[in-house]
This record gives sequence, C-alpha cells and structure tokens, in this order.
Amino acid sequence: MIGLVRRDLTLALRAGGGAGLALVFFLTFVTLTALGVGPRADVLAPVAPGILWLGAVLACLLSLDRLFALDAEDGTLDLLLTAPLPAEGTAAAKAAAHWLTTGAPLTVAAPVLAPLLFLPGPAVPWLVASLALGTPALSMIGTFGAALTVGLKRGSLLLSLLVLPLCIPTLVFGADVVRRAAAGLDPSTPLALLGAVTLAALAGLPFAAAAALRINLR
Amino acid sequence: MDWGVTDLTCRRGARDVLTGVTFRVGAGRAVRLTGPNGSGKTTLLRTLAGLAPPPRGTVDAPPDAFAFAGHADGLKGQLTVGENLRFWAGVFGADPGTVEEALDAFALRPLAGRRAADLSAGQTRRAGLARLLVTGRPVWLLDEPTVSLDAASVEAFGTRVARHLAGGGSALIATHVALGLPGTQALDVAAFAQAVGASVADAAFADAIE
Repeated sequence: MIGLVRRDLTLALRAGGGAGLALVFFLTFVTLTALGVGPRADVLAPVAPGILWLGAVLACLLSLDRLFALDAEDGTLDLLLTAPLPAEGTAAAKAAAHWLTTGAPLTVAAPVLAPLLFLPGPAVPWLVASLALGTPALSMIGTFGAALTVGLKRGSLLLSLLVLPLCIPTLVFGADVVRRAAAGLDPSTPLALLGAVTLAALAGLPFAAAAALRINLR
Repeated sequence: MDWGVTDLTCRRGARDVLTGVTFRVGAGRAVRLTGPNGSGKTTLLRTLAGLAPPPRGTVDAPPDAFAFAGHADGLKGQLTVGENLRFWAGVFGADPGTVEEALDAFALRPLAGRRAADLSAGQTRRAGLARLLVTGRPVWLLDEPTVSLDAASVEAFGTRVARHLAGGGSALIATHVALGLPGTQALDVAAFAQAVGASVADAAFADAIE
C-alpha cells in the first residue's frame, strides 16, 4: 500500500504528472477573484472564507478524473485488483496520494493567499486547521466518485456532478470555521463537525470505492 | 500445484458467455485454450483471476494462486522498466532479488533504466511478462502472451514457461501460436459456449465485411 502511494507520488512528480496543477489552479482562482471583485477590504473580507474554501474544493476536483482512468487504460487496475492488496487498500492509497498532491500543498499555500483577500490575521491559523482537517474528506469523496465513473469514456463531467454535492458538508463547515474565526467567535463547533465529516468519509468510503471498482471491472 | 474448476459459469457484462466449464490442471502442466475470437477465452481467464465473480460453479484452488497477464501490460510509461518491476514486486510482497531474475529471464537487463514509454511494442510485452515472475504465484493465466513478440522472444518465453512448469507451477494459456511446451493439453472453449454465443455474432460480422 505504501508502495502504491510512493509510485503515485513519483508518477505525479515526473513530467506530465500534474503534481502542481491543483496548487496553481488554487493560486489562479484566488488571484482572479481578488482582481475581479476589486481590492476593497470591506467587500473581500466577508467573502474571503467562502472563496478560499470554494477554491480548495474546485482544485481538488481538477485531477480526479485521472485518478483511476489512467490505471484502467494501461491495465494496472486489473492487475492491482488481482494482487494481495485488497481493493479497499488500493482505494485508500489512491486517496492518500491524491491528498498529498492536492490537499496538502493547498493547506500550506493558503496562509500566503489569505492576505490577498483581506482575511483577518487571527483567522489564518483556523483556515490552515480547517483545510488540513477538511481536504482529506474531499480526496476520499473524489476517489469514490472516480471509482464509480472509471469505466466511462467521458466520465469527468459526470464525476464533477457526482462529487460536488457530496462535498457540501465539508464546504459548509470548513468555510464556517474560518468565518467564525474572522468574526472573533469560537470556531470549535464547526471544526469538530468538519472533523466528523472527514472521519466518516475515511471510515466508509474506501469500502464503497472498492465495491464500485469491482463492479466496474467485471 | 493441482487445481481445477467445476461447472463454472463465466459472465461478461450481463451475459453468461460460458457455462458448465469443468477441467483439471495438474502440477507442471499447461493447458492451451483454443476457440475462435469472442468464444470466451479472455472471459474465462478474467473469471479465474477474480476480476469477474462467477455466478455459478466453483474454482478449486487456493486464494492468491493466480497471476494474470492480459492484453494490457500494466506498465507506467513515465517509470523505467526496473521501477515498474520493483513496484509490482512490492505489491506482491516478493523480495527484490526476483526483479533481477525477471530482468535476466526476459533479456531486459539493457533496458532496465529506460522509460517504459520509450520501449517498442515487443519490449513492452516482454516487460509485462517479466511481471509474472515477480508475482511468485504458481498458476499463470496468460491471454495472448506472444502478441508482438518476435520469433526469438517467443522461443525464450516458451523456455521460461517450461521452467515455470518444471518448478511445479502450471499455466492456462490462450494463444494461437504453439509455444513448444511438452505435455500441453488443449481445451476448446467453444464447447462450453452458450447457444447465443459470440461465435455466432462473429459469423454475422464476417458476412458483413465480405
């Protein structure tokens, strides 16, 4: 399983792997929003938590359609499912590699972008905490969606439509953590709920993704 | 290792392709699957590999006995041949020494440091077959293993399969080429085909292109 994560990371870092894609998309999205809305603190500051979290959700979505599709095309997926590693382990390893190439860099880059949207300073640590706690759920939900659409030739649009609604709880609680922190309120309640959503996703979705993979390869 | 299947139904999609498949393969023996295109050779191999659960019948073999090599080789173009094989060795829990052995067995040593995307079709196939060795599994399920191999490579591959058989393994091979393996039985898949089988559909296809 660790070997699979390591291989996926190596593939992402090699030419054409697209490791930095999500991060660059996130940076561009936030910068364009700031440019489009205009550099006014009274306009940007209230929407900053929502913009940052929406950017993170969309960036995570970006590389999902390649998650299983490339492995299915070259036969790797067939061989992985006949290997001693259970399909649940394959799904979990894929999600972990996805998070390490999208969610983790986003979390690190977010504090740099927060001032661009006039997010108040005390809210920045909470932004990092909410992204660190919330983005693993996005990767896991995305892996499940990718497993469902792996057999389809034009699955990426369907994948977005499947995954985005499932991301709503994470988006709502994640943005609420930052919003409450920015307003000087106690953000621990939405943070706990955000963690609960992530834990539920990590506990249940590897099994759902594995079942979807088995059905799709039949 | 001695294994077999009893009254197996193989399903592809929503359709039962083969029914009542029954055979046994002794240790050190190879069985050659024959039958026209679309008769269900690949479906039988995929069912045995565990990729398509059979609706009926039993497979009398220990779990994790089968190593499957299908039409696709499962190589990553951006990784070198050596990296690809080491990855599969890791997944199958084989020790790294088997990778070196597999590289030698398929004359891949000079190509070990080359990216898999830069290999020719025949070299890719050899790298894909080398993966069988690092799985360390006793039963090889081979689907058209000699596609795009040259005559020398086919012979070398036949020799390697013969060594695998001599070591107590067995193999089920869907192929149109003779591999020169001693004591190979032939199994005609068409005998188990459903009445509405694909061989009928192929006849219609042949008529259409006439």
